[in-house]
Amino acid sequence: MPFDLTFLWQTFVSLLSGIPLALELAALSVATGSLLAFGLALMRVSRRWWLDLPARFYIFAFRGTPLLVQIYIIYYGLSQFPALRHSFLWPVFREAYWCALAALALNTAAYSAEIMRGGLLSVPAGQIEAARACGMARILLFRRIIVPQATRQMLPGYSNEVILMVKSTSLASTITIMEITGIAAKLISESYRPVEVFISAGAIYLSLNFIVARLFALLEWSLWPERRKNRLQSNIVEKKGELHA
Amino acid sequence: MKFKSMICAALLLAASQAAAEERTITIATEGAYAPWNFSGPNGKLDGFEIDLANALCERMKVKCEIIAQNWDGIIPSLTAKKYDAIMAGMSITPKRQEVIGFSIPYAAGINGFAAMEDSTLAEMPGTGERYSLDSQADAAKKRISDIATFLAGTSVGVQGSTTASTFLETYFKGSVDIKEYKSTEEHNLDLTSGRLDAVLGNATVLAAAIEKPEMKGAKLVGPLFSGGEFGVVAVGLRKEDIALKTEFDSAIKSAIGDGTVKTLSLKWFKVDVSPRG
Repeated sequence: MPFDLTFLWQTFVSLLSGIPLALELAALSVATGSLLAFGLALMRVSRRWWLDLPARFYIFAFRGTPLLVQIYIIYYGLSQFPALRHSFLWPVFREAYWCALAALALNTAAYSAEIMRGGLLSVPAGQIEAARACGMARILLFRRIIVPQATRQMLPGYSNEVILMVKSTSLASTITIMEITGIAAKLISESYRPVEVFISAGAIYLSLNFIVARLFALLEWSLWPERRKNRLQSNIVEKKGELHA
Repeated sequence: MKFKSMICAALLLAASQAAAEERTITIATEGAYAPWNFSGPNGKLDGFEIDLANALCERMKVKCEIIAQNWDGIIPSLTAKKYDAIMAGMSITPKRQEVIGFSIPYAAGINGFAAMEDSTLAEMPGTGERYSLDSQADAAKKRISDIATFLAGTSVGVQGSTTASTFLETYFKGSVDIKEYKSTEEHNLDLTSGRLDAVLGNATVLAAAIEKPEMKGAKLVGPLFSGGEFGVVAVGLRKEDIALKTEFDSAIKSAIGDGTVKTLSLKWFKVDVSPRG
């Protein structure tokens, strides 16, 4: 089959209509997932076994199973129980949209919790001791000393997770949701031309994630003044090196 | 260099010997479209088309390897030469004919709706009737518009990239919420859970599915349709494999002629789906 540029362009334009839904799923699942993850991370570093253990188990379960399986269990699995179908929750679980959102949020919470835990643990013990010695109350210490530094530390890892979530929204197409991949599947079924359609879909995900990556880079830049200074210095050093060469 | 050419010669020899012994044709099926084709409890493929494929291969004097392939990738994988033929309840449609070739038909596609017995859709007009979209086009279209009015505002599930989804898009777009699924098994789950009000699909497939305990309470409603968008079921082949098409055509002709297709159809569907005429 010849490679058809007009078809490629038409496909690209039709796929654009799936972007709002994909972004909405990604944004809402990352937002709710990060709140849940924050709670889980605090449970993990609490040093209380009855908080730590449930969080560990949650993370184990959601990191250890494929997201696709989680989506199927929530969408097709739960609906098999008449008890749920007759409960007040059914209007929510009846909709594929909410099932996909729930699966995405629960999944990202497990990964993000570990990223946040890593961030929290990265704050040097010396600083915490110093803050305590200055008489800082626990909440103030957490807010002023731990959270700002933990946030900076976890940003590179967390940006990975957000990019993964943008791509994971494509799995929502398996439960009748017409986001970018859902529309792509329909276009393929009408045209039988998977190459052009998948190239267009790939280009759209690539552009979305380029924006996400830049936003995180910007955030990192704004939260890390000394790194900006360092970069400037290292640039100067490099320039000098060039001159000498 | 010499070593390389020796290997080449050895490979060529081996290949020609294999060809002389017995030719192997790989046939793809979906494996999720009972009783046409499905995976049994042990993972082995079974069904009307598996039996028929074996019968056809016997006539063509070739060895058949039957593999399962997801429906939505079944045509692209054929053109990408992952296998040689498709036997997966696939109807001949103009759109598919742009991309692949077909043998002569081995079955007719009869389609209908299913809904839950206790829902209002159980009273769909035309239950028990049967229309051909070719020979009874006017009567069929009138019935379809009755049904479109009757179904207004409901959600109807259908397997994507099928003649049934084309039929829904053509006649019901706008009046019903069409939801596309990867397999009929998935839309059947959503019919019983109440996410869907009705499903449209091959009548033999739906009839077999509603016999299962998981689908208790579901039944076929409204008229059955054949012809038109639903077309006839044939072996899907690459356009350029003309020799293979000729072989399949004569094997199918002989299997219809001696009643093999009818016997297999009665065995699997309890009705004769042999193409007429």
